[in-house]
Amino acid sequence: MSETAFQIFVNALLANNFVLAMFLGLCPFLGVSGKLDTAFPMGVATTFVMLVASLCAYGLNLLLSAFHLEFLRLISYIVIIASAVQLVEMVLKKYSPALFRALGIYLPLITTNCAVLGVALFQTAREYNFLQSMVFSLGGGAGFTLALVLMASVRERLQLSNVPEVAQGTALSLMLAGILSLSFMGFAGLGG
Amino acid sequence: MNVTTTRGWDEFMEGIWKQNPTFVMILGMCPTLAVTVSAVNALSMGISTALVLIASCGLVSMMRNVTPKEVRIAVYIVIIATFVTAVDYAIQAISLALYDALGAFIQLIVVNCIILGRAEAHAAKNPPIPAMVNAAGMGAGFTIGLLSLGVVREILGAGTLFGVSLFGASFQPWVIMVLPPGGFFVLGSWLLFFAWLERRKQRKLAETAENV
Repeated sequence: MSETAFQIFVNALLANNFVLAMFLGLCPFLGVSGKLDTAFPMGVATTFVMLVASLCAYGLNLLLSAFHLEFLRLISYIVIIASAVQLVEMVLKKYSPALFRALGIYLPLITTNCAVLGVALFQTAREYNFLQSMVFSLGGGAGFTLALVLMASVRERLQLSNVPEVAQGTALSLMLAGILSLSFMGFAGLGG
Repeated sequence: MNVTTTRGWDEFMEGIWKQNPTFVMILGMCPTLAVTVSAVNALSMGISTALVLIASCGLVSMMRNVTPKEVRIAVYIVIIATFVTAVDYAIQAISLALYDALGAFIQLIVVNCIILGRAEAHAAKNPPIPAMVNAAGMGAGFTIGLLSLGVVREILGAGTLFGVSLFGASFQPWVIMVLPPGGFFVLGSWLLFFAWLERRKQRKLAETAENV
């Protein structure tokens, strides 16, 4: 792997944005992007879980490879992510009760966010080293937050405009996401 | 047809039409958009998901009386992850080209909300046979959803269907359709179409009600 850390970061953030180019984490993207107030904390929490999960997955992968137990990878990753979410929940509850209450039920739902599992799986498949994995998960999380915030801002604006009745709801969100995705295509090739 | 088979049939059809996971419940969006660049990919993804869904719903349902309530989600996830690993290795053995095309999205079946949703909402409360019938219906509905996206995107974006060229060499493909934005646009258009159908049906119902 000859990619520099910066290239990986830019790639995960813009050119291969997790949501708009790789279709990871679409459920929260469509579900939580209604309001800017919830979209941003959700993005930050997901980024944090991604970092922790990526760190654990990296260590675990070394362990599994040492014992030639690669077929257990998926099961152990998902268990680790579930525990990481639980850990984040406990830490937040203890040190920042306000943020914990603000995030509410979205926190446990991060477990089934495919972006988190995606980070762990992709960093294994691409054989990133420790630093690259960390940067990759940070970039991916930042990209996720960016997409969520952009989408939420556009949707807040859209509530004031006159949309044909038949197009309201998910169809409209998908069209919006398509246009956002189209503009993110402009970043293609940026990360080298 | 006796009563039990009709009920089984209804349960099966429910996943295909009334509760179609893709178009009605909007679940499992990530694989829906990511792998539907061609009809073959869409079909194989649909079948793999359906297999995992049937097998894990069957097992969840068999174990529903011995699973403690507090750890049930963890149990479901481990069961699903086991079957996904099996399917992952099976696809790798059957066709390496397909495995490369689907990439990490086979393993990401684990976090597909359809499966966990079915396990929690249906399989955990019903005996194995009805649970598996329901899962088969959902799986078929999901496959149809994937196919309807994959077919449109492949025809518009590459001018082929299942790899067979449709329009001859002079066809200029609409490349954006096989790129990420195309997925959003095609799914959005399908949802628009279904919303329009629904509205038309309601208007007709209202008109007949007025005439009577």
